[in-house]
Amino acid sequence: MTRVEMTVDGEPCEHEVEPRLLLVHYLRDVLEKTGTNIGCDTSNCGACTVHLDGRSVKSCTVLAVQADGSQVDTVEGLAGPSSDGDETDGWHPLQKAFHTEHGLQCGYCTPGMIMAAKDLLEENPDPDETEVREGLEGNLCRCTGYVNIVKAVRTAAAELREGASS
Amino acid sequence: MIPATFDYVRAGSIDEVVDTLKEHGDEAKLLAGGHSLLPLMKLRFAAPEVLIDLGRVEQLRGVRDLGDGRLAIGAMTRHIDVMDDPLVREHCAVLADVTAKVGDPQVRHRGTIGGALAHGDAASDLPAALAALDGTLVAQGPNGSREIAASDFFVDYLTTALEDDELVTEVRVPKIVGPWGWRYEKFTRVAQAWAIVGVLAMVKRSNGSIEEARVGLTNMATVPVRASGVEQALSGRTPDAIADAAANAADGTKPSSDLSASAEYREHLARVLTRRALEAAAR
Ligand SMILES: Cc1cc2nc3c(=O)[nH]c(=O)nc-3n(C[C@H](O)[C@H](O)[C@H](O)COP(=O)(O)OP(=O)(O)OC[C@H]3O[C@@H](n4cnc5c(N)ncnc54)[C@H](O)[C@@H]3O)c2cc1C
Ligand code: FES
Ligand code: FES
Repeated sequence: MTRVEMTVDGEPCEHEVEPRLLLVHYLRDVLEKTGTNIGCDTSNCGACTVHLDGRSVKSCTVLAVQADGSQVDTVEGLAGPSSDGDETDGWHPLQKAFHTEHGLQCGYCTPGMIMAAKDLLEENPDPDETEVREGLEGNLCRCTGYVNIVKAVRTAAAELREGASS
Repeated sequence: MIPATFDYVRAGSIDEVVDTLKEHGDEAKLLAGGHSLLPLMKLRFAAPEVLIDLGRVEQLRGVRDLGDGRLAIGAMTRHIDVMDDPLVREHCAVLADVTAKVGDPQVRHRGTIGGALAHGDAASDLPAALAALDGTLVAQGPNGSREIAASDFFVDYLTTALEDDELVTEVRVPKIVGPWGWRYEKFTRVAQAWAIVGVLAMVKRSNGSIEEARVGLTNMATVPVRASGVEQALSGRTPDAIADAAANAADGTKPSSDLSASAEYREHLARVLTRRALEAAAR
């Protein structure tokens, strides 16, 4: 067993883990943060995307021990506090935009899409359609045909830019 | 899918890596970004008894100017950091451009230049780039370090000239000086996939003609290949000669047939992509 310490969604955590434990299993099974999905389990679909020290990675292809000492951010840490009775008002602009632009159908790819998109927008706050498609190249969606995902990311980008300038 | 159990060693220095390799021999494997090795371990195609994590070996990270017309890129420099590095962008932007075509953003955030080369995968994009650049790798083992030319490093499919007790410490590439143009043409089945065939063309122009051309081929043999016939045919000629020269791009190659393409189709792709890449590079 190997000791790991990391900050996940702002909370420090510390566990003894088997070195072969994958980061995605650490998040889902040990921390019970099941917001991050496992799709292909072969590093192709991006459903398991989280941020490791601020950059998007596929957590099915990272060992938990490799993330020791790092900051991990998952889709579960995105939303801010919400007011009584309305949980949607704390949502991150990407969460809102996937909702309003119909950027999901079954929703299985969505946590990974949102985390990949968040990384993209941090690098490029105003991507055009091609840049969004290339930025999400590592994420597969079997339902939507991507059109509304691209729309959602660009809508969120506009809201984030407005937020930054006001 | 879960890898088989292994002992985990988090190395803190190059010396510690070498000592651990020496102690465990071929039972140990180095872990860089893990984006080739972990998928193999999950499928149990690889089951090392000892995994030596290079992630904390700071000496292996970053880019420096060697002062002899070359850059040295630490083996653990991630693809994204190669692409964004100011020295690479200024002196060897062709490497940044090829690296930007590797996998997808998440893969580029984890994969390293050293891992991509040491893995020795014929479908990987960087080996052909290093071959076209006439780059070298520095290997370190119990008996010190040695520099290996790209043309000697790749031996066979997933096989390199590295010994069991050696690691790659850095990759050396020449600074690209003068009026060079380049293009990497990567043909894939779907957006983020591996190359069915890739062609890196580099062209140095002078007074409207081609002074020097280099062509590196990805996935046209078990190792990266230089299309040297094409290169020679273009030396001193104008870009009008490209179409005829590119028709010989598959000469001397030995592509495989697999689910993505037959060998014949790969040969066809090599000719077409070589022409496209050369025409773009010569513009
Ligand atoms: C979904 C996906 C798509 C990809 N697409 C592409 C693509 O299109 N093009 C492409 O070129 N690559 C692609 N890759 C591979 C990616 O670039 C890998 O990251 C890279 O090939 C290996 O680098 P790594 O740092 O992850 O190495 P690891 O997986 O950690 O190691 C690979 C091998 O090299 C050895 N090794 C690592 N570092 C050293 C060292 N310093 N010295 C000696 N041996 C060492 C390891 O022991 C292991 O055998 C893809 C990977 C994935 C998961
Ligand atoms: S589950 Fe990780 S990439 Fe598909
Ligand atoms: S919404 Fe179903 S996979 Fe994307």
